[in-house]
Amino acid sequence: MQKVFGRPEALADVPTHYCPGCTHGIIHRLIAEVIDELGVRERTVGISPVGCAVLAYDYFNCDFVEASHGRAPAVATGIKRASPNSVVFTYQGDGDLASIGAGEIVHAASRGEKITVIFVNNAIYGMTGGQMAPTTLPGQKTTTSPRGRDPEVAGHPIRVCELLSSLSGAAYIARVSVTSPANVAKARRAVKKAFETQLEGKGFSLVEFLSTCPTNWGMTPVEALKWVDDKMAVYYPLGEYTRVPEVG
Amino acid sequence: MGEKVLMKGNEAVAEAAIMAGCRCFFGYPITPQNEIPEYMSRRMPEVGGVFLQAESEVAGSNMVYGAACAGARVMTTSSSPGISLMQEAISYMAGAELPCVVVNIVRGGPGLGGIQGAQSDYFQATKGGGHGDYHLLVLGPSTVQELVDLTMEAFDLADMYRNPVMILGDAILGQMMEPVEMRKRPPRADLPPKTWATTGAAGRPKNVITSLYLDPAKLEKHNLRLAEKYKRMAAEEVRYATHMTEDADVVLVAYGTTARIARAALDRARERGLRVGLFRPISLWPFPYEALATAAAGAAHVLVVEMSLGQMVEDVRLALGETKPVHFYGRTGGMSPSPREILDDIVKIVERGA
Amino acid sequence: MHEEVIFAGFGGQGVLLMGQLVTYAGMMEGRNVTWMPSYGPEMRGGTANCGVVVSEKEIASPLVSEPTSVVAMNRPSLEKFQGMVRPGGLIIYNRSLVDVKPARNDVRVVAVPANQIADEIGDVRVANMVALGAYLGVTRVVGVDTVLEAMKKVLPERRHGLIPLNQQAIARGMEIAVSASAAR
Repeated sequence: MQKVFGRPEALADVPTHYCPGCTHGIIHRLIAEVIDELGVRERTVGISPVGCAVLAYDYFNCDFVEASHGRAPAVATGIKRASPNSVVFTYQGDGDLASIGAGEIVHAASRGEKITVIFVNNAIYGMTGGQMAPTTLPGQKTTTSPRGRDPEVAGHPIRVCELLSSLSGAAYIARVSVTSPANVAKARRAVKKAFETQLEGKGFSLVEFLSTCPTNWGMTPVEALKWVDDKMAVYYPLGEYTRVPEVG
Repeated sequence: MGEKVLMKGNEAVAEAAIMAGCRCFFGYPITPQNEIPEYMSRRMPEVGGVFLQAESEVAGSNMVYGAACAGARVMTTSSSPGISLMQEAISYMAGAELPCVVVNIVRGGPGLGGIQGAQSDYFQATKGGGHGDYHLLVLGPSTVQELVDLTMEAFDLADMYRNPVMILGDAILGQMMEPVEMRKRPPRADLPPKTWATTGAAGRPKNVITSLYLDPAKLEKHNLRLAEKYKRMAAEEVRYATHMTEDADVVLVAYGTTARIARAALDRARERGLRVGLFRPISLWPFPYEALATAAAGAAHVLVVEMSLGQMVEDVRLALGETKPVHFYGRTGGMSPSPREILDDIVKIVERGA
Repeated sequence: MHEEVIFAGFGGQGVLLMGQLVTYAGMMEGRNVTWMPSYGPEMRGGTANCGVVVSEKEIASPLVSEPTSVVAMNRPSLEKFQGMVRPGGLIIYNRSLVDVKPARNDVRVVAVPANQIADEIGDVRVANMVALGAYLGVTRVVGVDTVLEAMKKVLPERRHGLIPLNQQAIARGMEIAVSASAAR
């Protein structure tokens, strides 16, 4: 019998701790598939964040390092600079990347670090129990914005792709979602492009996933996917963000 | 003996690191240690190494974490306020058992403080600094030559114990010039191979580097294993020097630059016929408790001198208990004690005690 | 022999270099040496100084708190450091820029019109070398030839062209020291 579907080699054969309806699992799989397809598993070093994906090192079958909160791009920089032949990717959530790690991600991008960043934006702090994130939408209720995020008080959500795409070192930036088979296929292509950007030595690459958190959003998994399409993708448009050409 | 060259402490520490095989440096500018990153930015490309000016000490120290994960010999340097910012990564490296060398060219604090030399980071360096149950190996050189020698050795010790090693200097040591012999020192032959490094899982199971243990029983076990390592360090890495303690009535205890000033006071006291000795801890963690107790056994008084309001003095009291009076003289904020001030204190102690 | 000297002046007068030359020469002559500069914001347009110890013995403290000599290139430096000199010690000051006399009568004082002589030689920037020459002439801490050798090590190659002018300035400073000794 011909095997038409199996577990990627870069994915470990273990159950995850992610909640039902959360899309971390799909995103993990896409990364693992791309690593397999590019044949770089034995050169790959992943960096997990502080947040829901903190245990990602248990789920991938490649070398992995756990970073402190927000510092994954700095840790990745250290690994890549010390070992340029390694394929280095970070896996970070919105609190990790866009709040406490805002400085590190901006400078890694501006330096054009040859690393790949997988940015999972679900507009909320999942692991700590549903607090407001830097990407929480205006009006969105969280445990620390119980009346809904008021931009007058809590500021505006950060559009990471738009922000980073203004930096000359950012060679490939894209925003994707996994709310439909078509979107999953597009997302996979983006992840592959991001890793290829690194392998070709072109510079910094980042793929932002609009992801779900049914648990902390208080929705069913299906409602959550619809909320990504109807609400998040409006504030955070999907697509590739063209690199700003180098001046001078 | 090789040829001696005249070098600033800061430049000497940089060259020493390169001679010890350090090929990755990450740092952020801060006075009074800027000569180190400046030197590294010139030298690292010449030896095929990495120099990167980080966007902050927070990022720089996490780059050190990353390079250590990749198995590199890596160093960062800073001064007090910058070292405070590095405590996060230092704690993580201690927890994840990553070797690296951190140099603190200490300046006066707290807060932004000043830029003159101080020893007010002793507690931070030897009693934790960051969060969690951990220790750094902390070495306190007092001459530029010793700064060079201990820096080179620090890389071996870091690799040997898989632990961050801190060189606790001060602005005087960093800024001063002194003749130094750069003795090349190949890495120790008995260092364990870095089989744990995350360099890609080629032909082996994956390596994971983490300091996360969600199960408290596992974290306790991990910490107990670290404690065993610290015990080994405490047994094997105690370093100190003594000068004329054998017949001393008053034993001075000082480390780093202050030990040299205390030595000048000692010379003057001896000229006056006062029997004064000097005990100089070189390893600040592990602190030479037993050696100090032995060296000061015959003395009636102990005088601790520091460029702080009294930090190492607590370890001296731990070493000596109630066996004899432990006096303290310190200057703070970037001021340093003069030999005359120390001598005055010695005279006072002797007169009071008589 | 145990010399502890402070070289002090405005930032830009080259006082750190004076100290480095003595230090390097001392090392070349087999002595123990240390050099400790002032640094930081106070250097920016303010006063600069360095403390140098040259000794036959191992050097305990590198900090000069009771100098045997002070070389003051301007008035604030003279005022700041003259009180620290050990009785019987030496004060050399730049008479071109200092319009007061040192307040000490228990030390030896040598006035050097350093800027004026440097100007005569053709470049006011070598005033520090004139004062250094006077210091060497009075104290003989290190040999002039050794200082000239040290200059090749301490100065970057692109400035080696200045060495003959520096040599001339040092020689003029030494003449002052000799006449000061004769006048004694």
